Amino acid sequence: MADEHKDIDAVTGTATTGHDWDGIRELNTPLPRWWLWTFYICILWAIGYWVVYPAWPLLKGSTEGITAWHARSAVVEDIAALNVLRGPMVERLTKASLNDIVKDPQLLDFARAQGRPAFADNCAPCHGAGGGGAKGYPNLNDDDWLWGGKLSDIENSIRHGARNGDKEDHEGNMPAFAGVLKPNEISAVADYARSLSGLPAEEGVDLALGKKVFADNCAVCHGENGKGNHELGSANLTDQIWLYGSDKATIVQGIQNGRGGVMPAWNGRLSEPIIKALTVYVYSFGGGEK
Amino acid sequence: MTALEELAKSAEVHPPHIAAARAAEKAYEAEVGDDGPLYAAPKRIYPQSVRGRFRTIKWVVLAITLGIYYLLPFVRWDRGADAPSQAVLIDFPARRFYFFFIELWPQEVYYLTGLLILAAIGLFLMNALAGRVWCGYLCPQTVWTDLFFAIERLTEGDRREHMKRDGQAWTLEKYARKGAKHFLWLMVAWWTGGAWVLYFADAPTLVKELATGEAPFTAYLWIGILTVSTYTLAGHMREQVCLYMCPWPRIQAALTDEYALNVTYRYDRGEPRCSVKKAEQLRSAGQPAGDCVDCLQCVHVCPTGIDIRGGANLGCIQCGLCIDACDRVMEKLARPTGLIAYDTDLNIQARREGRPMVFKLIRWRTSLYAAIIAIAGGIMLFTLATRDSEGISIIHDRNPMFVRLSDGALRNAYTVRIVNKQLKSREFILSVDGIPSTLIDYVGLPPRADGRQLVTVGPDQTKEVRVMVTDYSPTPPAPSTSVLFTLTDIDTGAIAQMRDHFFGP
Repeated sequence: MADEHKDIDAVTGTATTGHDWDGIRELNTPLPRWWLWTFYICILWAIGYWVVYPAWPLLKGSTEGITAWHARSAVVEDIAALNVLRGPMVERLTKASLNDIVKDPQLLDFARAQGRPAFADNCAPCHGAGGGGAKGYPNLNDDDWLWGGKLSDIENSIRHGARNGDKEDHEGNMPAFAGVLKPNEISAVADYARSLSGLPAEEGVDLALGKKVFADNCAVCHGENGKGNHELGSANLTDQIWLYGSDKATIVQGIQNGRGGVMPAWNGRLSEPIIKALTVYVYSFGGGEK
Repeated sequence: MTALEELAKSAEVHPPHIAAARAAEKAYEAEVGDDGPLYAAPKRIYPQSVRGRFRTIKWVVLAITLGIYYLLPFVRWDRGADAPSQAVLIDFPARRFYFFFIELWPQEVYYLTGLLILAAIGLFLMNALAGRVWCGYLCPQTVWTDLFFAIERLTEGDRREHMKRDGQAWTLEKYARKGAKHFLWLMVAWWTGGAWVLYFADAPTLVKELATGEAPFTAYLWIGILTVSTYTLAGHMREQVCLYMCPWPRIQAALTDEYALNVTYRYDRGEPRCSVKKAEQLRSAGQPAGDCVDCLQCVHVCPTGIDIRGGANLGCIQCGLCIDACDRVMEKLARPTGLIAYDTDLNIQARREGRPMVFKLIRWRTSLYAAIIAIAGGIMLFTLATRDSEGISIIHDRNPMFVRLSDGALRNAYTVRIVNKQLKSREFILSVDGIPSTLIDYVGLPPRADGRQLVTVGPDQTKEVRVMVTDYSPTPPAPSTSVLFTLTDIDTGAIAQMRDHFFGP
């Protein structure tokens, strides 16, 4: 029997298993035994994981493991550590006035860095990722501000928002004139409003009527020359920026139905340093007024 | 008559691998019997000590490589107050790699690609010239295993003594010797792990912290990991790493050619093996007799436990120790040395057929490898020597792409990042060209008296600046206009530039 097993493959010089399948014989090259041990150790290692970490799903929750480690609590711990690390700068930010922050390059960098993710989390859904705005949602990059573009104005708008029921919010809104004004008056005043920023009027429109209607109804809020009023949030009609659009149909629609976009109040929802950082971040989009 | 016997008989000289295969079969049967298990215990190897040229080379290489590894973290390099003074440092928290006068930032990690190319082609070149030079002399697995062998001989004695004691019952002496060996192994392994972590932090400080128990947990963890891996790989796994874990033997075999020198048993001269006496008898009878006296010294010194007389094979790391062992024997027998030597199969054939030997170190393959090394190394050196120590990168605002101001002017905003790779604070003038009538506003940076924009960037730092470019030209702007950002060092006049676009409706 032993002789059958002594077959040595002439080419490789390796012993064969002695098995023969139609003249094909298998080389006998056993795996090293430590390989097997490594395999067993890996299994033990996996069992070690069950003991150390949360592993097996139960009806409610899972086995906790002796460390009771959770990704969620680990993140919370990491954030806490980060807050400790940022602590001194956050304290400086909290203490400094908005004007001081803008003048101090280090604080400005820090505030902008803190403001960027806060803006992305809270403001970007309406105002756009870079504050570019959309129809009805102001573009924060330009120099036209409904409620004022100074640092303090921006902070105030962030804290209290607009038309949301907050005690100190911006409350002025554009009333609906449908029924108050006749259609031809609305049409005339719409064309007059367009003409304030140099946009062409439709032919045959009575701009004089528009001017009179404007003086009687609109100038109260928008001012005699149509430059708007930050106190009331009334739009400046003489510039190139139109929140809802500059075409006549949109303007007529606005006059008929009124306008009154809502912005939530963030006071209390965001921390003080974050509100400051957001203010500076929005201010540094480029439209901030001195 | 089996096919094997036929083959052996028909051969002019016994093909050496057949003899090796017979020996292997015998050893295997002794180990596992006829119907062996699927898993076999590795053969225990007791390499005998040896003296000679290649042993000396190996000792020198060991001393140099381990000396560098263990001591390099302590070498200081003065970079001024704002940078670490360690010659070689991988600074993960600050994302910097320091190597003497070179400092690399994360974005320059492509130099690592260059190094890997050099390493790979260097390996190929070694292989084309003289086989597994890397495996035999330079590989960490070989170097550390060699050191562990030395410790083993120091504590347990040389091959015979060690084998004899392993076959005997456990005595106090056996316990003491084996205990001492494992203790020394663990010390070396521990120090290996200890040296490793020193490359990632200021070495003298970390040594102090490690000694007083104040070092970060990761440092202890890595020392532990490397202690275990060194102890296991160099102490226990040894040749198993080369035989089963390492891909290089397989790659090497695919890359070699007939002119590559390899540690070779010159069987044209050695076969048929016979004792000195038998050789004399055969020669006087006019029959062939080989120089190999079958003393097995070459097998006994082999750290991977193979028989080089079986021909080139995967287990041979080509450390040359069998050459040393055989040369000692040949010297004693007053026969010429070099029965085992760096040689080629071509030369064996040539000698047997009476043709002159050919050693072709310079050939297409080696020239090509050398050229690739020269070119890749040259490109790396050139880029390293001429790389800028300042840089500028720009991201155009995406939302909104452009802003219409209340007076109708168009504005684009950019986030500019300025890089200062020098170890001192620098002042740059930042300017934007390409829009004829512009107002440029740098958020948070007051302009200089002359109206030019000054940006100060701290040592080895970057600075982000928001730049707003407003176009006041009366002509309506194109949908896209090219603009050029220029960064100029006030002191040296060094310039970094980058193009971007000014978008309009």
